[in-house]
Amino acid sequence: MTTASPPGGNTIARRAEPGPYSGTGLVPRHRHRFLVLLAALALLLAMSVLSLMVGARAIAPSTVWDALFHFDVSVDEHAMVRELRLPRTVIGLLVGAALGLCGALIQAFTRNPLADPGVLGVNAGAAFAVTFAVAVLGLTDPAAFVWFALAGAFGVTVLVYTLGSLGADRATPVKLTLAGVALTAVFSGLTSALTLKSLATLDIMRFWGVGSIGGRRLDILTVAVPLIGVGILVGLLTARSLNALALGDDSARALGVPIGVTRVAVVLSVTLLAGTAVAVAGPIAFVGLMVPHVVRWFTGPDQRWILPLTLVVAPSFLLAADIVGRIVLPNGELRVGLVTALVGAPVLVALVRRRNVSGL
Amino acid sequence: MSTHPTRKREPAVTPAPHPGEPPAPVRDTDAPDLTKRPVPAPGRGEPPAHVDFGRTTWAWRRAGTALRVDRRSVLVCAALATAVLVLGVLTLGTGSISLSPGQVVTALLDPDSDRRARLVVVDWRLPRLLFALICGAALAVSGAIFQSLTKNPLGSPDIIGFSSGSYAGASVVMLLLGSANYLAVGAGSLVGGAAAALLVYLLAYRGGLHPFRLIIVGIAVGAGLSSITSMLLLSVDPQAAMLAATWAAGSLSGLGFTELGPAAVGFVVLTLWSVLVVRPLVQLEMGDDAAVALGVRAHRVRLSATLVGVALTALVTAAVGPIAFVALAAPQIAQRLTRSSTTLRIVPAALTGALILVTADYAAQRLELPVGVVTVCVGGLYLAWLLARQYATRR
Repeated sequence: MTTASPPGGNTIARRAEPGPYSGTGLVPRHRHRFLVLLAALALLLAMSVLSLMVGARAIAPSTVWDALFHFDVSVDEHAMVRELRLPRTVIGLLVGAALGLCGALIQAFTRNPLADPGVLGVNAGAAFAVTFAVAVLGLTDPAAFVWFALAGAFGVTVLVYTLGSLGADRATPVKLTLAGVALTAVFSGLTSALTLKSLATLDIMRFWGVGSIGGRRLDILTVAVPLIGVGILVGLLTARSLNALALGDDSARALGVPIGVTRVAVVLSVTLLAGTAVAVAGPIAFVGLMVPHVVRWFTGPDQRWILPLTLVVAPSFLLAADIVGRIVLPNGELRVGLVTALVGAPVLVALVRRRNVSGL
Repeated sequence: MSTHPTRKREPAVTPAPHPGEPPAPVRDTDAPDLTKRPVPAPGRGEPPAHVDFGRTTWAWRRAGTALRVDRRSVLVCAALATAVLVLGVLTLGTGSISLSPGQVVTALLDPDSDRRARLVVVDWRLPRLLFALICGAALAVSGAIFQSLTKNPLGSPDIIGFSSGSYAGASVVMLLLGSANYLAVGAGSLVGGAAAALLVYLLAYRGGLHPFRLIIVGIAVGAGLSSITSMLLLSVDPQAAMLAATWAAGSLSGLGFTELGPAAVGFVVLTLWSVLVVRPLVQLEMGDDAAVALGVRAHRVRLSATLVGVALTALVTAAVGPIAFVALAAPQIAQRLTRSSTTLRIVPAALTGALILVTADYAAQRLELPVGVVTVCVGGLYLAWLLARQYATRR
C-alpha cells in the first residue's frame, strides 16, 4: 500500500486547501498517511485496554492482564473483566468497525457525503422487523431480535435495490438514495404505527431504539463475526473500483471497472455490515456518518486509504463513547448510542468550522 | 431588487452573451414593451429568471406588465385543488356520524340547515380539515424553499436541526416539566426549534453561510438534540413516553377553531413572505456568481429564505407536532407533476402538500393513528411509485 502513488485528484485537493494544513504538506504523502494509520492503531489498542479497565469499578492494568492470561475464577475482578467487559469490548470493536466501514462505503458509493447506513433503508428495515417481532409475535428476548433485525435489514435492502434498479440505467447512486429514503420513510411509519398501538411494545422499543453494546452475550458473536468478516472483506475489495466510480460512471466504465458487480458488492457488504451491527447493538447513529469524514481529512479522497483507516478509527470512537458513557453516570450508564451523538456532534462542528469540508 | 415585470419573450430564449455588441441595459424596469424593438436580439440584456423550454403558456397582459403562466401548471393546480375539495367533503362526511356529500355541502354553505349536521361538520370536523390544509401547504412551501436553498432534493428544515430541536423542546415540557397542556407543548417546541436553528446558524456561520457547512452542522446539532430526547424518553415511565411518542408522530386530533385562528394568520403572513423570496432564490439556484451579477443579494436572500422556511415549519410543529415527509415529498411530487425545472413553485407545491395531508388525515381517522404516521407511509410510497414510474417509462 505504501508504494502506491497518490492519484492526481488528491494533489489538487490538497493544494486547494488553504492555511493550517500546509505544514504537513511537506511530508511525503504516503508516509504521512502511514503514520496516521499507526497512530490510529495505537489509539485503538489504548481504547481497548481502557474499555477493559474503566467502569463502575476501575480495574488496574495488571489485574486486567492477569484476568486475560492467568484467569483465576475466585477473583471477582477477573470474572468481571472476562464476563462483562471483554464481551462488551469485543462487541464494541466489531460493531464499530462494521458501522464505520459501512458509512464509508455508502458515502463513496452514493457520492453523497451525508449518507450513512440509514440511507439505504437498513436501519429502518431492522427496526421494523424487531418491532414486528415484539408487537405482533410477542417476543421479548433481545437475543431473538438478532435474527429479525438481520432479516429486516436484508429484506428492505433488497427492496431498495430492486426499486433503485428499475429503468434503463440500472441502479445509479441517486436512484438508490431516493429509493432508500422513500422506503425508509415507509418502514419507519409502519414501525411507529405498530409502536403507538401498544404500550408494551413502546416500552421495549424505546430501549432497543437507543444503541448499546453492554449486556450482550458472547454467543451473538458466533453469528456476527462471520457475517461482519465477509462484509469487511467484500467492502475492502471494492476500494479500487470505488476510486474509479468517483470519476463518474462513464469514466469508470472506460477504465474497465465492472460497475454492476461493484454496486452489488457494495450493497451486499453494506447490508451485511449494517444489518449485523444493528442486530447486535441496536441502531447507533453517527459513527458511520462522522468517522469517514474525519478520516478523509487526513487521507484525501483515496478509498484504498479511507476504508482501512475507517475500519481502525471507527471502533476507537465507539469504544471511547462507551467508556465516556460508563464514567459520566457511575450508577447506571449512558448508552453508547447517545454518547456517540453527544460527543460526536461538537467534534463534527469543530472540524467543519476549522477546515474546508471534504466533498466527494 | 429584481421586481422587474415579466414580459412576453421569444420562445427558446438563451441568455447567451453576444460578443462585440454594446452592453445592453441589464435591468430596464421601466422600459416599454420589448417586443417592439426593431431587431429583438434573443434574450439580450434580460435577466434569465425564466428559461423558456418552449412549453405552452398563458399570459394576461395589462398596462405594460404581463402575468405569464405555464399551462400545465395551471391545469395541475386546478386538478389538485379539485382533489383537495372532493377529499375535504369526503372527510367532513365520514366518521362516527356519516353524512352524504350533499348534506355536507348544505351544512357548510347554509347557516340555517340541519343543526346536528352543522354541529358535526362545521364545529367538529372543519377545524381539523382546515388544519390539515394549512399544515400541508406550509410544510410543502417550507420544503420547497429548503430544497432550493440547499440545492438538494433531500433538503428539508430537518437539516438545520429544527425538527430535533422542537422535539427536544416539547419533550422537555412534557417529560421534565410534566405538562401536557397544548399551548405549553407548542411553546416548548417553538422555543426548542428556534434555539436549535439559531445554534446551527451561528455555528455554521463563518464569513458566510456555506450550504454544505450548514447541512453538516445541522446534522451534528440534530443528532446531539435527538440523543437528549432519547435520554429523557428512557428516564420516564412508559405512559409518559407514549405521550411524547404520540406527539412526536404528529397528530391533528383535538384541534378546534381557537387553535386555528393564530395558525391561519401566521400561515397567510408567511406565505406572502415566501412569495417575495421565490424569485431571487430561484436565481440563486444558478450559483451565487450568476445571481449576484443579476442583482440578487445572496446573503440577505438566504437569510430571509431560511427564516421563512423555519417559521413555516415552526408554525406546523407548534400546532400539531412534527409531521414528517410532506416537506420532503410535496415539492418533489409537484415538480414532477408540473414538469418544472425548479422545486420552488409555491402554488403547486402547497396544493400538493395540502392534498397529501388531507389524504393522510382521512386515512389516519379510519386507522386511529396519528396523521404523521400515515404521511410517512403515504408520502414514502408515493415517492417510491413516482420514482419507479419515472424510470420505467422514461430513458
